[in-house]
Formats: sequence, C-alpha cells, structure tokens
Amino acid sequence: MGRWTAALGVLLLTAAGCRQDMHDAPRYDPLEASDLFTNGSSVRPLVPGTVPRGQLNDDAFLHTGKGPDGLPVTAFPFAITHVELDRGQDRYNVYCAPCHGRTGEGNGMVVQRGYRQAQSMHIDRLKLAPVGYFYDVITNGFGVMPDYRTQIPVEDRWKIVAYVRALQLSRTATTADMPADALARLLKGEPAAKAPVEIHR
Amino acid sequence: MSQIFPKSANAAVRSSLFAVLTLVLFLGWVGFTLMRSSWLTKQSEYVEQPIQFSHAHHVGGIGLDCRYCHTSVEKSSFAGIPPTKTCINCHSQIWATAPILEPVRASFRDDTPMKWKRVTDLPDFVYFNHQIHVKQGVGCATCHGPVDKMPLITQATSMQMEWCLACHREPEKFLRPRAEVFNMAYEAPANQIELGLRLKKEYNVAGIEHMTSCSVCHR
Repeated sequence: MGRWTAALGVLLLTAAGCRQDMHDAPRYDPLEASDLFTNGSSVRPLVPGTVPRGQLNDDAFLHTGKGPDGLPVTAFPFAITHVELDRGQDRYNVYCAPCHGRTGEGNGMVVQRGYRQAQSMHIDRLKLAPVGYFYDVITNGFGVMPDYRTQIPVEDRWKIVAYVRALQLSRTATTADMPADALARLLKGEPAAKAPVEIHR
Repeated sequence: MSQIFPKSANAAVRSSLFAVLTLVLFLGWVGFTLMRSSWLTKQSEYVEQPIQFSHAHHVGGIGLDCRYCHTSVEKSSFAGIPPTKTCINCHSQIWATAPILEPVRASFRDDTPMKWKRVTDLPDFVYFNHQIHVKQGVGCATCHGPVDKMPLITQATSMQMEWCLACHREPEKFLRPRAEVFNMAYEAPANQIELGLRLKKEYNVAGIEHMTSCSVCHR
C-alpha cells in the first residue's frame, strides 16, 4: 500500500512539475532581477553621453520650451487643434489632476491627503505666464513639485500646457470668445458639439 | 488436475475491468481538476512583496489613474513597473517618515531598484502585448479584476489558454469604448453584445481566423 501511495505521489508531482520547463526560459523578462550586476537589476542604464539614434533632441524650442534668449517661449512648437487639446485633457487628468485637481484649482486628492498645497492654475501670475514656462515646470519640476520628464513624453507635455490654457480660459471666457456656430447652439439651448475624441494614439 | 482459480475468480476479473476503467477516469478527473485549480494557476494567491502596497488605497482611495504609474501600458508590450522615483513623487511628503515605507526610501537613497515580485506572469512561450489590448478596448479590469478594491494584489483570472481564447473567439462579449478602458467603475451595458460588435468593427478587431491562430500568441 505504501509503495502505491508513493508512486501516485511521484506521478502527481511529476505532472505538476513538468509545466515549468518552458515557462521560464533562460532569458530576462522586462525589469527582471539579476544577480549579475551590483544593483540587482538586469536593466542597464545608458552609458553617460549615449545618444540613441534620432534622439539628439537638439530642437531647443520643442525640448526645453526656451528661446535663444533663455526665456520661456510664448508659442507652441506645433499646431494645437481639438485633437491635441483632447489628448492634453486626458494626460492632465492622469498626471496633473492628482494634485492640481481636475479644474486646476490645486485641490487634488493628494493635496487633500497632506501634500503641500498645489498651485491653482487660475492665479494672475500663471494666467500671464508664457506657455514655455508651464512646459519647463512639467519637465524640471518647481518647488516641491517633482519633474515629470520620465512619465510624460515631450509632445504630451505641450498638449497638457494647451489644456491648462483651456482650463484658465474657461473661468473668464465670455460669449464673445465663442465661435459663431457654438454661440448659436448655446442661445438655442442645445448642448455643445462633441469633438471627435481619440484618446489613445 | 485441480482448477488453479476458484469459480469466484470470474467475478474478480469482471470487477477488476470495471475498477481499472474507474481508476483511469478518476485519474483523468484529478488531472483536469488540478490543471484548472488555483494551486497551479496561482489565481487569487497573495504574493509576498517588499512592501504591502495597496492598490485599493492608491486607485480606489486616491483615484490615481493606472497610467500614472504604469506609464508604458499604451505603447509597449509591457505595462511597466514604476521606478522608485514615482513613489517618491508623493512620498517625499506624505508618510515621509513612516517605517513601512523605509524600503522605498532606501531604494531611492541608494539607487537600488525595489524588488517587487511579479504577480501576473505568463509563460515565456506566450507573446502578450498590452498596447494592442488597450487600443482595441479591452479594459484593465477585464483581465486584472477590480484592482481598485484589492488591498493586496492578486492574479484575478486563471490566465490559462482557454481563458485567453474565450475572449479571442468572442471579443464582443468583453470590449468597451476606448475612453472607458482605464475606468475601474465601468460596468458593461445591457446591450453588451450589440456594443461589442459595433466596437469590434470600429476598432478593426481581427476576425476569429486570425485571433485564434497559434502564431498570434506563440511566435
């Protein structure tokens, strides 16, 4: 009897064990740990000074938001249409709203849980600040705000800036700022036309 | 010469045939049950992590979007595990001296990565890509479950091939609008099949021949 139980046990263990052979191939998954390097990571940082092909990032306007004079630029490096604005809204709600709040008042949930008061987008200083300034703050941080350069790609940062401008405008806009067709709908009491939304690109 | 077997041996032989058949069926049943059991699939199993990180708190409580930390989920096969810097974004000020967060601070200080244990790990012979699933309207919660309600994360589904195929055969049962992919509170509407078929067409989801072809996942 003992022999049969042992045999059955071995059979079951073998059946359970054989599925692992090819499940873990001898290669590293993304971010898998490795004891080969001292910091325990299989992912290696770039050698300092490495420039990946096509990523020289020498367009100072686009990548720093500053002009040749070192001052923040006052224009966007690419055209802002409703598509860019919608993308900006989507990214703002993901990365900025936790602190700055969805309306930009600086009362996001993380602030409510004890983070230093985030700046409201609706103060005069920020309403007058050039767009390059916002880009620079997202890229390098400001005060206690951390930088978001690794979390938000360059183009998305500009689109977020465009959306911040829209948030600011929303507080002071008058009917005179509206396009004729939108104004006509408003006066007739119809809902605003929804722009084609393409959130993921 | 006397008979070797008594007459009762006939009954023993007949019943042993039945017993062998029963044993084979029983072992088959044991095998199939084991293969689908959470013991092997690791479904709903807690994994000991360096810190008891709570998705319920960060997603359900604070309302962080999945992409705040898993930044590459829309553009890479790998959703991405956040670098310690992302934790420090908030925890430089919030719970900045909490003992439970010391491993995070140590990781940031010493520039040594956190050793998070992988919870959802597909076999290496399966090619899975997050980007395409997100783009085609597969919600995070469809595969990962109600993450916003998980104090400790577990693998929410079996992640077995039959489970993958259930959706690859009939994606219309699961697809949702792209704008709702990251919405943890999303509930499928009553006309899900109708919506799913419309989205399938709109998002150009491939037909069943392609979706169930071996090389889609095993390449």
